[in-house]
Amino acid sequence: MGLETVFGNSFLTSRVDAAVNWARKYSFFQYPFVTACCGMEFMSVWASTYDIARFGAEFPRFSPRQADVLFVVGTVNEKLAPALRRVYDQMAEPKWVVSFGVCATSGGFYDNYATVQGIDKIIPVDVYIPGCPPRPQAVLDALIKLQEKVDRETVLKYKGLK
Amino acid sequence: MKEEVLKKRFNVEIRKSGCGQDFAYCRKEDLLEIAGCLKNDLKFAFLIDLTCVDYKGYPGRETMPRFEMVYHFYAHDTRERMTLKVPVEETSPNIDSLTPLWRAADWYEREVYDMYGIHFTGHKDLRRILMYEEFKGHPLRKDYPLKARQPRIPHED
Repeated sequence: MGLETVFGNSFLTSRVDAAVNWARKYSFFQYPFVTACCGMEFMSVWASTYDIARFGAEFPRFSPRQADVLFVVGTVNEKLAPALRRVYDQMAEPKWVVSFGVCATSGGFYDNYATVQGIDKIIPVDVYIPGCPPRPQAVLDALIKLQEKVDRETVLKYKGLK
Repeated sequence: MKEEVLKKRFNVEIRKSGCGQDFAYCRKEDLLEIAGCLKNDLKFAFLIDLTCVDYKGYPGRETMPRFEMVYHFYAHDTRERMTLKVPVEETSPNIDSLTPLWRAADWYEREVYDMYGIHFTGHKDLRRILMYEEFKGHPLRKDYPLKARQPRIPHED
């Protein structure tokens, strides 16, 4: 953003930070990259019982160009890795990544020739959710953690590619 | 009935497995003929499954060929099942394709080719079905390294 880079780390930018971060953290558009059984649990987070809409993140966008948060839900294998990298590259800044479930986080029990041992080998990850699959409460907890993380960011620095 | 036919025409002996299922060993040169006989004359019209076993290092099989193709057939009329086992040598890992008889064999044979590297002569479109094209080796062979990884894009640690 233009003016803040001129003003530097002053009262003005910190107020802009607060406003922008407030807007960002309560209006996540998510891109669900669902590959496996974790998707079922992810759907229940959307549904009325757990209702991720309470945190302002109910809106899935099935185009990476319109999404803020990439949810990688399920096992990612070597064959799929270039597609995941491409989806991440297509997302516009600012963007965040949530690794949903133990397979996306570390490969899980798929320690074999086909499976990527954690998506952080391909793309940078902000929040990891453990579990096989994670309970919906854990997903909501991760979302709140991501909101806290977004709240600490500043418009002065771009995250950029890892 | 199938016992007599297979015995008379191909000199193939049908045996019972541990759980009472019929199976028979045959030479790979006879496979197409026997499978055709099973399909057309003995009404085993349904190819349930087709797979391969790698017996490398398996105790008690040192003198036998390394690979064994396994074919499962089903007869809807008589509700019978039948298994055909075909030893395949490591030195010449090829066998006749069953695609002329069953179109369903197409993807199964591609999977066996992908995982075990058995070549099916007569298969029209024999390429990998699960792994990517640039993958080297055949992952379900017993001598494929357990921890070998072949990433398509560079990994960061």
